[in-house]
Amino acid sequence: MKYLILTASLLAISAGAAAAQDVVRMGTEGAYPPYNFINDNGEVDGFERALGDELCARAELTCEWVTNDWDSIIPNLTSGNYDTIIAGMSITEEREEVVDFTQPYIPPASSLFMALSEDADLAGGVIAAQTNTIQAGYIAASGATLIEFATPDETVAAVRNGEADAVFADGDYLLPIADEDADLMIVGEPVQLGGGVGMALREGDERLAAFNAAITAMKEDGTLNALILEWFGPEAATW
Amino acid sequence: MFEYCTDPSTLDTARWFGCYLTNGAHMLFYQSFLVVFALLAVTAPVSLAFGFAAAAASRSHVPPLAWAGKLYTAMVRGVPDIVFFLFFVLVLDQAIEYARHRISCPDWTDPIRQGANFLVCPEARTPAGNAPQWVHEAYGFALAVFTYAIVFGAFCGNVLFGAMRAVPRPQLETAEAYGMSRRQVFWRVLVPQMWIYALPGLSNIWMILIKATPLLFLLGIEDIVYWARELGGSRTSAYQYPHPDWRFWYFLGLLVFYLCFTRVSEIVLGRLTRRLSHGQATAAGEELRKAAA
Repeated sequence: MKYLILTASLLAISAGAAAAQDVVRMGTEGAYPPYNFINDNGEVDGFERALGDELCARAELTCEWVTNDWDSIIPNLTSGNYDTIIAGMSITEEREEVVDFTQPYIPPASSLFMALSEDADLAGGVIAAQTNTIQAGYIAASGATLIEFATPDETVAAVRNGEADAVFADGDYLLPIADEDADLMIVGEPVQLGGGVGMALREGDERLAAFNAAITAMKEDGTLNALILEWFGPEAATW
Repeated sequence: MFEYCTDPSTLDTARWFGCYLTNGAHMLFYQSFLVVFALLAVTAPVSLAFGFAAAAASRSHVPPLAWAGKLYTAMVRGVPDIVFFLFFVLVLDQAIEYARHRISCPDWTDPIRQGANFLVCPEARTPAGNAPQWVHEAYGFALAVFTYAIVFGAFCGNVLFGAMRAVPRPQLETAEAYGMSRRQVFWRVLVPQMWIYALPGLSNIWMILIKATPLLFLLGIEDIVYWARELGGSRTSAYQYPHPDWRFWYFLGLLVFYLCFTRVSEIVLGRLTRRLSHGQATAAGEELRKAAA
């Protein structure tokens, strides 16, 4: 009898595994509102959650959300801990060498500086940026001193407590913060970086075509633009 | 949680905090304390077992066994914890995948190491790529527990080895004189008496183990440090409960938690020492005997 139950439960487990064959694990950072963040219920939320769920529905894939620290998000994709990165990641040549990107789902957007005062020294001062971002690369190549942080929130905290003169990040991330905090303001000129935001998959993953087709469909029927306006505000760049 | 929580922006301060501290993310934060307790509950006995094995091996009269025991304690104790945690977990994970790869995909021709990538065949991936999220989390936790056990096992091994040598030699000689074998002397005389000598060292290791639990965060496990940082970060009104940077308060909470936890541990270990001192030929045992007489 015991064996019967054991066999039955083993069968049930293997049947479950067979049904779960097509689970796509969607890797995101969960710390970059409004792109992706952990909401008050402890779930992944944000523009990319809404987009990813819609893409999976259109491509008829079962998706599961996983969070991972930003600075190890690419190695964990290539070593197979999850199957996609959908985390506000700009398409760049360096990243193209190790992963495959879908077509962009957000047009190239401006990166902005945010500081405590208008006369912050952007050219030669201390600028905070998140590790391994295109913004960090840009600052490192400029004359300013770069300090890097693991999370976006820490880059903003560094400006608030005076450790950095300014923070350099995606405008869509900084604008809501600058709007709500009277002390912080956007300074300097916007900078255009990267080739738009896309989803990354392991090189040679055949699901790339399905996601690309779903993104194309969403661009054509206007649902992608609607989603961008919903999460990034009426002034966001659309397709 | 409460019915009035549907629109937090209209609430007064007390109710706002009532809702805030009971929302879904905070529930996950409270659950993560269980992760810490689970880690301690599993790691403490396992590392004690590792340590016991290492100490017993170090005393062995078979040279390779003695070398293995001594090498283990010396090597692990000599490597900084944080290096060991970051290095060993990765190596263990890759070793498991490599072993499974050799067994299940003998015909695989692609190189496994490609630059920074470690690519084994899909069947060998541990846990399987399509396994549910909890399996991935449990696997990560198991790797972490095993690593903690190895590290703290080495420290326990050293303490137990010293404790075994501290048991008065005449006790063992008397047992031998009664005709006990080496095995009998070890299990019936040495082991029961060594604990009181080991306890100060072991309680020290327990304290260090408690303090080492935040290292879980480094291993990518969503422990209390992860959630304290996550929840304490400043929130815009994209969230239901916007607030400024509150990491100070969250980490202060963790500080209080760890202080209380170590204090309770101290009290319990103090009582245990008293109990184990009964009838022992130590200063504490002598004091207990005099107090009773």
